[in-house]
Amino acid sequence: MGEIFFFAFRNIKLRIGLIIVLFFLLLGIIGPMISKYQDPLDYVGQGYQPPSKEHWLGTTTFGQDVFTQLVYGIRSSFFVGLVGGGIATIIGLIIGFLAGYEGGWIDELLMMLTNILLVIPTLALLIIVAAYLPYRGVFIQSIIIGLTAWPWTARAVRSQTLSLRTREFVNLARISGRSHMKIIIYEILPNMMSYVFMVFILQFGGAILAAVGLDFIGLGPSRGISIGLMLQNAVLWNAIQLGMWWWAIPPGLVITLVVGALYFMNVGLDEVFNPRLREM
Amino acid sequence: MMKKYLGTKILVYVLTFIFAVTLDWLIPRFMPGNPILVLVSRFSGLPESARVMYSYLTKAFGLDQPLWSQYVNFWIALFKGDLGISIYLYPRPVLEVLKTAVPYSLGLMIPSILLSWIVGNNLGAVAARRKRLDSIMLPIMYFITGAPYLWLGMLLAYFLGVVWGIFPIAGAYSFSLRPHWSWLFVSDFLKHWILPFLSLFIVQIGGWAIGMRNMVIYELENNYVRYLETLGAKRKLIRKYAFRNAILPQVTGLALQLGTVIAGQVTTEVVFSYPGIGYILTQGILNQDYFLIQGCFLFIIIGVLVANFTVDLVYMALDPRIRFSYGGEV
Repeated sequence: MGEIFFFAFRNIKLRIGLIIVLFFLLLGIIGPMISKYQDPLDYVGQGYQPPSKEHWLGTTTFGQDVFTQLVYGIRSSFFVGLVGGGIATIIGLIIGFLAGYEGGWIDELLMMLTNILLVIPTLALLIIVAAYLPYRGVFIQSIIIGLTAWPWTARAVRSQTLSLRTREFVNLARISGRSHMKIIIYEILPNMMSYVFMVFILQFGGAILAAVGLDFIGLGPSRGISIGLMLQNAVLWNAIQLGMWWWAIPPGLVITLVVGALYFMNVGLDEVFNPRLREM
Repeated sequence: MMKKYLGTKILVYVLTFIFAVTLDWLIPRFMPGNPILVLVSRFSGLPESARVMYSYLTKAFGLDQPLWSQYVNFWIALFKGDLGISIYLYPRPVLEVLKTAVPYSLGLMIPSILLSWIVGNNLGAVAARRKRLDSIMLPIMYFITGAPYLWLGMLLAYFLGVVWGIFPIAGAYSFSLRPHWSWLFVSDFLKHWILPFLSLFIVQIGGWAIGMRNMVIYELENNYVRYLETLGAKRKLIRKYAFRNAILPQVTGLALQLGTVIAGQVTTEVVFSYPGIGYILTQGILNQDYFLIQGCFLFIIIGVLVANFTVDLVYMALDPRIRFSYGGEV
């Protein structure tokens, strides 16, 4: 464990990625407190204002404060990443473990389901579900993202489980009569912990991107604000044509930086966990 | 053995199609809330039209019949090409609306996928053998893949469209023109096409380049490479073999990436008001035109299935191992 932390601290990719992610996480947490305005949807000043001392990132067409919207949006993005990415990881793990460890018809059935869902584009599935929900909140959105994003994780976990289940320590546990559940939890899972963590980071980033896409095409939360809603409003009210870059550009920039940093962190983690990849 | 490989794949695709159609039928009927009431509520000022609308929609959804016959009828209508009538573009049939939109979507999507695949793979292969280039390119590529397609579109639209004013940023052609074969129209069309194309193209390059770089590095550590090295083979030859082996997972990746590309395509079309399936779909969502949404969903699924099948055929042509033996899924 100590060794892992040593390499983790030394790995520059991990450090850069982590710093960017933590910076925005912090901004999402304390941003609403340092912002001058309480409600992101409140009309607090004149419209069309470029960034100034009064409005750090200018105002929207209607005079809402862009900075306030942005920090609340970051908050909800991290929430979706955590809940949506978390659910997708857990479902992927359960299905992958069951299919990989049990084998037989359970494997066939679960993999058939996984392959079917893998072919259907996640966004299409999300749209058809979300379009019929009368009320949508950030939480419900996270759940449906989690319920649709798991298939590739299940497949990856299954193939890892397949290679682990024939190892001697697993055989030993089986001979000693431990239940399948216990073998999966105590013998197989701990050997895949690093991998699971990396899968979660990818799912985290994927959930954030999926939410931005959904919000942007009009299936966002019915109340409140998010990055995708900001982008949708900016496009709907011609922010680009009117040259209001402070409204159109920063929200997407934040998402790009956060998701890019997550991916980058993942490469760093891979090097930390996998000694063969370490740069000397 | 080829037959078994194709047979398994086709089975999955047929089941996928059935599953997708069933979802398409199931969700409007079993979601909380009544979509028909939502639709009709828009006519609340006009009770007479509301009643007509309600009875029309009840019939159109076939809600006055038992569930199993609703399901069978749904399939029959589907094979007849009857996807209902659009409410937002009333009274045009959904199928007709989608037919006019498909060429625009494919015209953006196919070139962007193929070109980004070629360029990205070559970039990745080059980066894998040049350390300096790699250390600069890799971080950039990771942030490019992290960028939402729609945001890159907005960025391009802002800089190339508004600040420098080189390209138009809305529609597929100028309002003053009608689609026809002439140099004037084609050049106008291309001018409108280039920005949405670029935003799809650039984001996709990132993923391919990263994937190819990792695969080539992995291949170069393989035993056959060591063996070739000890035989004293030229670097060029070794790289050629590594590249050939590394390209196979990238072909499979083509099918796996399709989902995210479609998501990107939908949002990009909205940014540029480009009249493809994605734009129509968004209009359907904003106007609560459920028939249109369901139709778009089906079209996307069919497109994805066709694309997946094509990738399978290409893969089979490229990888001789599948033609000679097929030992389950790798």
